[in-house]
Formats: sequence, C-alpha cells, structure tokens
Amino acid sequence: MITVNDRDRIEWREGMTVQDLLDAMRYDYALITVTIEGALVPEDEYDIRAVPDGSRVGVFHLAHGG
Amino acid sequence: MATTDPIFERNVPGATEKLRAAPVGIAGCGGLGSNAAMLLARAGVGRLILADHDVVELSNLNRQHFFRKDVGRTKVRALADHLRAVNPAMELALHPEELEPDAVAAVFAGADLLIEAFDLADRKRWLIEAWCRAFPDRPIVAASGLSGVGRTAAMRVRSSGKIHVVGDEESDMSEGLCAPRVALAAAMQANIAVELLLGMKEKR
Repeated sequence: MITVNDRDRIEWREGMTVQDLLDAMRYDYALITVTIEGALVPEDEYDIRAVPDGSRVGVFHLAHGG
Repeated sequence: MATTDPIFERNVPGATEKLRAAPVGIAGCGGLGSNAAMLLARAGVGRLILADHDVVELSNLNRQHFFRKDVGRTKVRALADHLRAVNPAMELALHPEELEPDAVAAVFAGADLLIEAFDLADRKRWLIEAWCRAFPDRPIVAASGLSGVGRTAAMRVRSSGKIHVVGDEESDMSEGLCAPRVALAAAMQANIAVELLLGMKEKR
C-alpha cells in the first residue's frame, strides 16, 4: 500500500513506477512535483523510478502565479 | 559582536541575533519575492541572495513591493534599495541575469534556504528540481496557487522532506493576481523560512 499526501491509499503492485502511481490516481495536473519519502523525484524519472511498497509519496500541484 | 539596530527592539527575543547571519536565497523578485524579502528583512534576516532579470513595470505595482520611481530599474536593484532603507546593514548579493537551471547551484551556493518566487509553473518545477539536486539537505519554500481574491482558508502549507509548498495549489494567474492573496502567500513563505532558520522546525 502506498500513501499519497498523508491521505490517499493506493494499492501497490510489483514494478510500479511513479508514472503508474500518478495514472492510478488519475492525477492529470500538467505540472506537478513528486517526492518519495521526502526526496524529490525529477520529472524525467517518473517512467523509470520504482515506488517501493509502503512508501509515503508527496504530490504537489504547481500552479502559475508569483 | 555587532550591536543590534533599534529597529529590532520589538522583535521576538533572540530572533534578530540568529537571523542576522542566516543567508536566504530568493529566486524571483516579483509578487512573492519582493514581499517575502521585505518581511525577511524586517524579521532580522541579514543576508539575502536576490535573483531576477526583470525590470520594474507599472503593471507590477498592484502587488509587488515597488514604487512608481522604480519603473525601468532592475527589480533586484530597486528591491535592494528598499531593503537597505529598512536595514542599512543588509548584506545583499544581486543577480540581475536570467536564472537558468544550471546556474542555481552557483548562484545560491551560500544560501541556507531558498524562497521559490517564480511566476510560471514550469519554472517553479525546474527550480525545485535544480535546488534539490544541488542541495538535497537544504529547505526550499515554494508557492503554488495564490491568484484571485478571497478563499483565505484555502491557503495552506504542505511539506515533504525539505520541500514546503504554500498556497491553494489550484488557483491560476489567469484569474488575475491581487495584492492581498499574493502577499499572503509571500508572508507564509517568509514565516516558514524564519521558523526553519530559528531551528523551530528541523532545518537540515
């Protein structure tokens, strides 16, 4: 089981990548930043970075404006 | 030991001395960065690294800490004057060149903490990535979702590791940017930065 944003629980499966997790959550914001156990995952690694079972994942939506 | 400027007489006891030597980086000196910088200066932060390649325009004045007389000047230089008008002892490093991902490590090498204050989301993302790659043990305080008006209670902070994100994470600048909500996000960023620098939250 993976916990996202201290709230959502997503069923873990073998070989699950960050992108698989985002797809499972139907997370379709264009610009996000992701952490696993507090460490940032660069966007170009979403397709290859495995999410270990039991991970706590953070997903932040980045909106324009500053 | 330097004497403490009387402007800090009413500051939180012990904060001024700790914050005086704390170097903070500010990437972007617009609505978030200019307001956060002024608040950090008033809080007693003595060293800032400011990066922004823009010049002040009239359309900035509805939310950014600039004045009509600043129009046409680079934001970092105008902001430096405003910061020193509050605290002449501020140590400032000014970077008026456009910040690129590859330059983040060098420009902010001396910063204990970074305030992400860009406007475009794709730039926010590469900045967070570049900072975390260069300095994985140093905090970054970013902002996302500060457009429009009202919805005060929707403003929040979420944290993961060394990354802290303030804002509602939804509102987009296509709604327009209005001073109170922009400044609210900037104040939240500054407040978290001070808390981290004082060691009230785990810093490193």
